[in-house]
Amino acid sequence: MHIIDVNSQILQENTRLAEENKKLFNKYGLHVTNFMSAPGAGKTTLLEETIKKISGNYKISVIEGDLQTSIDSDRIKALNIPSYQITTGTVCHLDARMVHNALHNFHLEGNDLLFIENVGNLVCPADFELGENLKVMVFSVVEGAEKPKKYPVMFHKVDVVILNKIDLIPYSGVSLEELINNVREVNPEAKIFPVSCKTGEGIDDWISWFSQNIKGK
Amino acid sequence: MHEVGIAQSILEIVEKEVKKNGASKVNKVKLIVGEFTGVVKEALEFALDIIKKNSLAENAEFLIETVNLKTFCQNCDKTFVGKEEAHFLCPDCNGILGIVEGKELKIDFIDVE
Repeated sequence: MHIIDVNSQILQENTRLAEENKKLFNKYGLHVTNFMSAPGAGKTTLLEETIKKISGNYKISVIEGDLQTSIDSDRIKALNIPSYQITTGTVCHLDARMVHNALHNFHLEGNDLLFIENVGNLVCPADFELGENLKVMVFSVVEGAEKPKKYPVMFHKVDVVILNKIDLIPYSGVSLEELINNVREVNPEAKIFPVSCKTGEGIDDWISWFSQNIKGK
Repeated sequence: MHEVGIAQSILEIVEKEVKKNGASKVNKVKLIVGEFTGVVKEALEFALDIIKKNSLAENAEFLIETVNLKTFCQNCDKTFVGKEEAHFLCPDCNGILGIVEGKELKIDFIDVE
């Protein structure tokens, strides 16, 4: 009998690859944003609206993550933005290796921004670093004001929380104030943007903050 | 449900360590999992039971120690423990709480022959 004192991080390989990704992003001066949410919160629509507003100023590429289909990637390509679809099969999140492999499909040189749309899931993607600069979470307000308390790990980990579909608030009975308070409770430092990708309300605030944040790029 | 992927990562590290140390059999693997991660203990145990088959750790016992979430207020020096305490504004002084423990995802030791 012999004890091996391992004391090592289980996700060390992912952390190592995320660092590799980060080096590569830095080398090309690429600012990378990881968009996470539950399925159907509006990640792709937010990407579309964001791209429409800023693609005149920045060269953008997009990596899409889904279990199946290239529907999301096709939507991005329709905006004349290079997009690569990762289909994970049954895997519920993107990891650093998948992102690294996907990078081979882009000409990184001359790019300013990379948007990564993670697999729709409110739990798993939070555990996997990709080497990104910014973590953005999209939340559909109609899912309920208590969700930040139920899924605190992801809400806590992100830099920005976009509260989408505020146009549906009158039909849902959800209190935006209560929801914002609950987000603040699990993540006091997050930037919070209530928006409607449908009506465009609030999008300019998000865009203006994002543009400031990547300034000097 | 990414515990299968986590279990695979554990097995990879265990097999590497076992080979490095010239051992032939794994008796026990001790894991440390913080409750403020996306990993569920029961799901990880289930995944490990399946993944360990036909590996060097086939008959190994996997012990998972759960670490409670522990937060600390730098403003008023108070500590809060437990997942139900997953709020990050101090209820007493409204200061921002930092995580002290609860984010661990580690292999502690491996017991081999």
